[in-house]
Amino acid sequence: MNLTIRPYSKTSFGLTLGTTVFYISIMVVVPLLGLFFQTASIGWAGLLDVFREDRIQKALVLSFTVGGISAIINMFLGFLFAWVLVRYEFPGRKLIDTLVDLPFTLPTAVAGIALASIYSQNGWIGKLFAPFDIKIAYTPAGIIIALVFIGFPFVVRTVQPVLEDLPKELEESAYCLGATSFQTFRKIIFPELWPSLLAGTGMAFARSIGEYGSVVFISGNLPGKTEILPLLIVTKLEQYEYGKATGIAVVMLVLSFAIMFLINYFQSRFTRKFS
Amino acid sequence: MDNNTKKSGKSRIGKIGQGISFLTVFASLSFSGIFGQTLLNVSFDPTRELYEDVNKQFIEIWKKKTKATLEIQQSHGGSGKQARAVIDGLEADVVTLALAYDIDSIAEKSKLIDENWEKQFPNHSTPYYSTIVFLVRKGNPKGIKDWDDLVKPGTGLITPNPKTSGGARWNYLAAWGYAKNKYKTEEKATEFIKAIFKNTSVLDTGARGSTTTFVQRGIGDVLITWENEAELALSESRKENGGVANYQIVYPSESIKAETPVAIVSKVTAKKGTNEIAKAYLEFLYTKEGQETVAKHFFRPIDAGILKANASKFPAVKVFDIREIEGSWKNAHKKHFSDGGIFDSIYEPAPGK
Repeated sequence: MNLTIRPYSKTSFGLTLGTTVFYISIMVVVPLLGLFFQTASIGWAGLLDVFREDRIQKALVLSFTVGGISAIINMFLGFLFAWVLVRYEFPGRKLIDTLVDLPFTLPTAVAGIALASIYSQNGWIGKLFAPFDIKIAYTPAGIIIALVFIGFPFVVRTVQPVLEDLPKELEESAYCLGATSFQTFRKIIFPELWPSLLAGTGMAFARSIGEYGSVVFISGNLPGKTEILPLLIVTKLEQYEYGKATGIAVVMLVLSFAIMFLINYFQSRFTRKFS
Repeated sequence: MDNNTKKSGKSRIGKIGQGISFLTVFASLSFSGIFGQTLLNVSFDPTRELYEDVNKQFIEIWKKKTKATLEIQQSHGGSGKQARAVIDGLEADVVTLALAYDIDSIAEKSKLIDENWEKQFPNHSTPYYSTIVFLVRKGNPKGIKDWDDLVKPGTGLITPNPKTSGGARWNYLAAWGYAKNKYKTEEKATEFIKAIFKNTSVLDTGARGSTTTFVQRGIGDVLITWENEAELALSESRKENGGVANYQIVYPSESIKAETPVAIVSKVTAKKGTNEIAKAYLEFLYTKEGQETVAKHFFRPIDAGILKANASKFPAVKVFDIREIEGSWKNAHKKHFSDGGIFDSIYEPAPGK
């Protein structure tokens, strides 16, 4: 067989593209369209009405605030983790590297139950705070902890490979030209990592907005106080209000998409500025 | 080159087509009942153990009667979630849910169940019921005796969220019915409900979640819950502590008759030809044997004799049913739990704030 006649990029392009388009239609486009169709049943006025509800407004603010805070915490923590894991050799490094992935594989409800039991008043950590009258579980602080937990691997896993691939020569030349270590970090290393850090943070944020399983166990679900948007979706479903439920979902989707888009926009501007 | 591309194009469609047809054949095979006669009972969470027992007994009875081997599948989850699954196409032969409202919703939205399903079986199609009780910590340190003790400031209550949990709706309506009977006016009853939820610091999404919050996390002084769920928590605690429970049950002076109805999903049974079995299955729950099993799992049997025989398990409680306090589940739901209902108003900020 003469392989050169059929360049590999052509041989299976049709099949792979076909499969890709077929798959993405069935798995992504069709369900999302269903979401919009279901929402259409309540109409624009209905959709607006949904967001006039005090509880939904509060949940919207809460979800995006705690999601944002946890994403920022994850940005710093994740960066630190990636840095340590790539730059230093120490015993147990492989183990920690593996542990980072656990939040990905663990069912989120299990995470939620575990976190709630640790941070509630009689839990290991909650107990330490209880004498000072500080409550963690069943407050927004508890939600943030759950969100940090589930969003954490996103940042580590996006920054880590970029950091690993960073050519040593860049830094060495910087030092040779007389840069301090801080200058090297700020002007040489950070600009290379920034886009991936932003991407990881964006993903952690998006995940946080939609997270349900782990949060409902630790949040306490008090309307107006610790009630998150995904819980309200479930609430509407329990009342057979499909239109309203998907209405909330659509708005979440649009908002999250807008935020991700903005992040991507800044990311590309940033990259251009430095290259 | 051109030829090649065309060829690969053709084979692509062919392959995808093949894949699809294979999938269709596979799907139709696995759903076409080639596994013999099966019955699917879609139920709610706390009945899991009950139906494991019931199914075993019924399969034997059915075998004796018809020589046929029957397989009964059970599906458990939140009552509302289960109802939605049936509406969306889960082919249940019978539903045994926590609220009449959920069965009403299936009947109304999918027409799979007859509108007058409540007349299919005796006692509004309710072969067993439960009631709402309080679980308190050992020795009852807060001295909880009745509903009035729950609204005292400083009493921590645990109940699930009525918006997401069927059991929580019973809790809510039990408190409402008590207040309405005692204070006579709806304004006072609403005040009472508000005071109750003011004392609630955690609203889990389901009854089991609330039990965990109260038992494992040690939050709150009183858990408002199903009688059978409270009994389960007691027996778990006894198992862990060598026969002594860390909790005790307090029976309020008055509570609600938490009716957990059953119904045949007639459109499905007609299609599957299981109508007769489904009917016999649900009728079994009303027999002496079925009622004994029900009592064994801490649901209150409707058979007065068997209820009396188990009096040590089921202390007498004055119960009112939902028809007495709100007319029907539909009314109750609309008034209390729908958007803008009384429950929503509890968490609305007071005007001027």
